[in-house]
Amino acid sequence: MTEGRRRVVIRPRIRRLGDSMKRWVGYAVLALVAAFCLGPVVWQAVTSIKPEADLVRLPPLLPDAPTGEHYRAVLTRSSLLHELLNSGMVAASSTALAIGLGGFCAFALARLPISGKAVVLGFVLSTSMFPPIAVISPLYLFVRALGLRDTLAALILTHTTYALPLAIWILTNFFRQIPVELYWAARVDGCGPLRALVSVILPPALPGIAVAALFVFIYSWNEFMFALTLTASEASRTAPVAIALFPGLHEVPWGDMAAASLVVTGPVVLLSLFFQRHLVAGLTMGSVKG
Amino acid sequence: MAEVKLEGVGKQFGSMDVLPDLTLTVRDGELFTIVGPSGCGKSTLLHLIAGLEQPTAGRIVFDGQDVTGLAPRERDVALVFQNYALYPHMTVAENLAFPLRVARRKLGLTRVEIDQEVHRTANLLGIEALLERRPRELSGGQRQRVALGRALIRKPRVFLLDEPLSNLDAQLRAGMRAELRRLHDELGITMIYVTHDQTEAMTLADRLAVLDRGRLQQVGTPQELYEEPANLFVAVFIGYPPMNVLDARIEQAQIKTGLIRLPLWPSLSDRGEGKPVKLGIRPEQIRLTDVAASMDHLRGSAREMVGVVRLIEQTGSQIWVTVDVGGTEGMVTMVGLAEGGLTTKIGDRVRMTFLGENPHLFDPATGARLDLHGQTRQRAEGMP
Repeated sequence: MTEGRRRVVIRPRIRRLGDSMKRWVGYAVLALVAAFCLGPVVWQAVTSIKPEADLVRLPPLLPDAPTGEHYRAVLTRSSLLHELLNSGMVAASSTALAIGLGGFCAFALARLPISGKAVVLGFVLSTSMFPPIAVISPLYLFVRALGLRDTLAALILTHTTYALPLAIWILTNFFRQIPVELYWAARVDGCGPLRALVSVILPPALPGIAVAALFVFIYSWNEFMFALTLTASEASRTAPVAIALFPGLHEVPWGDMAAASLVVTGPVVLLSLFFQRHLVAGLTMGSVKG
Repeated sequence: MAEVKLEGVGKQFGSMDVLPDLTLTVRDGELFTIVGPSGCGKSTLLHLIAGLEQPTAGRIVFDGQDVTGLAPRERDVALVFQNYALYPHMTVAENLAFPLRVARRKLGLTRVEIDQEVHRTANLLGIEALLERRPRELSGGQRQRVALGRALIRKPRVFLLDEPLSNLDAQLRAGMRAELRRLHDELGITMIYVTHDQTEAMTLADRLAVLDRGRLQQVGTPQELYEEPANLFVAVFIGYPPMNVLDARIEQAQIKTGLIRLPLWPSLSDRGEGKPVKLGIRPEQIRLTDVAASMDHLRGSAREMVGVVRLIEQTGSQIWVTVDVGGTEGMVTMVGLAEGGLTTKIGDRVRMTFLGENPHLFDPATGARLDLHGQTRQRAEGMP
């Protein structure tokens, strides 16, 4: 009897203690992960505003007199702006191509009566499993034979090819999540498959398309090896390659590289934030009962 | 408006035979329901008629025109889905206008005319106030109306409905049922309505078809199916509470089961002594009374049994009572209708009296109806 009563009193307290412990452990883990991911970025940021003299000394951790000199150097005295433009064109074109082609392919795989869909999808995915290093020599020869060496087109084609499986895979799953009745309703209402895709399936699928587009864009923007191999001059060089070429024969301009890295990361971060705020919403709500 | 004919239509998914071979005619302007338990192939049948799936055998004919190979848009059908399938990114007005906008060039419609049609349809369904809303801002019943409107606006030849009311709550369902019937009578369109709910099928339909595992069991008016079910499946599926089915045998010119003895019809008597049959009695043909009381005018006809109450279902005006009856051939459970004024509780003993003059008899092997005239009747169209 007394034991029972005591338990009644004690239990909630234990639970409360347990709950708050759990919460704090959760925060601690989150903080650790955030620190792990953001640490290098913060280091870069600090480096990018350190005066030249402080760069290789550890104390002070933070510079006494922060300088914008590195940013000025990167933006005015190097060709980084031009290379950023190249990066933007390559990434935007690759994204448009991969999402355009991948969208049709994914729609067909998700909704049209095709036999062997699983085989097609598996085959598509398997092409992305080749390590890029394995294909780079034949690819180089191929691009040279086409006369596309050192052109943006070479990079756009390569990036599109490598991003397509990912785009198709993501989009197929998104299209499958859109209730099949929507497609059927469009067909019965008089649409052919193409009109059904454009008028009825695409609008509710926009969040998914945005996600796929973002992945492709980031992949292309950050891609280094193809960009290094297939470009030769400022005409087609992309930003990551440009940063990698910063070090000279006798010195490594750490401050400039840090500033350039942050400048290059900026657009992608902004893009991600924009998509997060505007597009990850349940657009299909209310269409079918759920 | 059209007559819809299915001629030997079959559909296989891989090695699965969903519809083996189905022949059926839906008359012009008829409200026809297809009813069956889930997985019986009724939705597939609707998709075949709409052209969303291609049959693996047979022909589909609208008004004499073979439409088997035609795409949905060339068939001029409309389909209302169980989950409504409204376009989430469009307003109600845009949803309604969509079928007309798609066919604008073919129909030679102007924007103004489409707008007028949208308002006319919205008016017909009482959703004019909702035209600027999006589907997610609507209640279930409102979405249902929009879905109906989107299907009706085009004045299709055939109007298909796939369990359109099963996502609504009971009260709304009854209202929409009446509304559907009104719309059908007003517009005179051929409607094919699929449902698993036999009450819905019975109350709505001009005629209905009962489907089980892809096979047509019976086609007829609700009354025909209720009064003369072609086989045991239809007998038990149609009507609530379901028909009581008892094992019986023919003995000394009587149908005998436990203590019940029914006189045998003269024409049946030559069917053989000792022949086993399935005896079907609808619950409303069984009256429950106190053990003490009895129906004097039925005395001596051996139409009474005594049993123990196991379950009582109150439906307001009627009280259905499930009773365990011990017989010489083991325990039987039957459902009957309690007489007004009978106060009974679980475990009580009650008297059951069989009132009907014409019980249903079925062949225990095939389940087919044994007619009063001693013949096995096949009522389903297209059955061999």
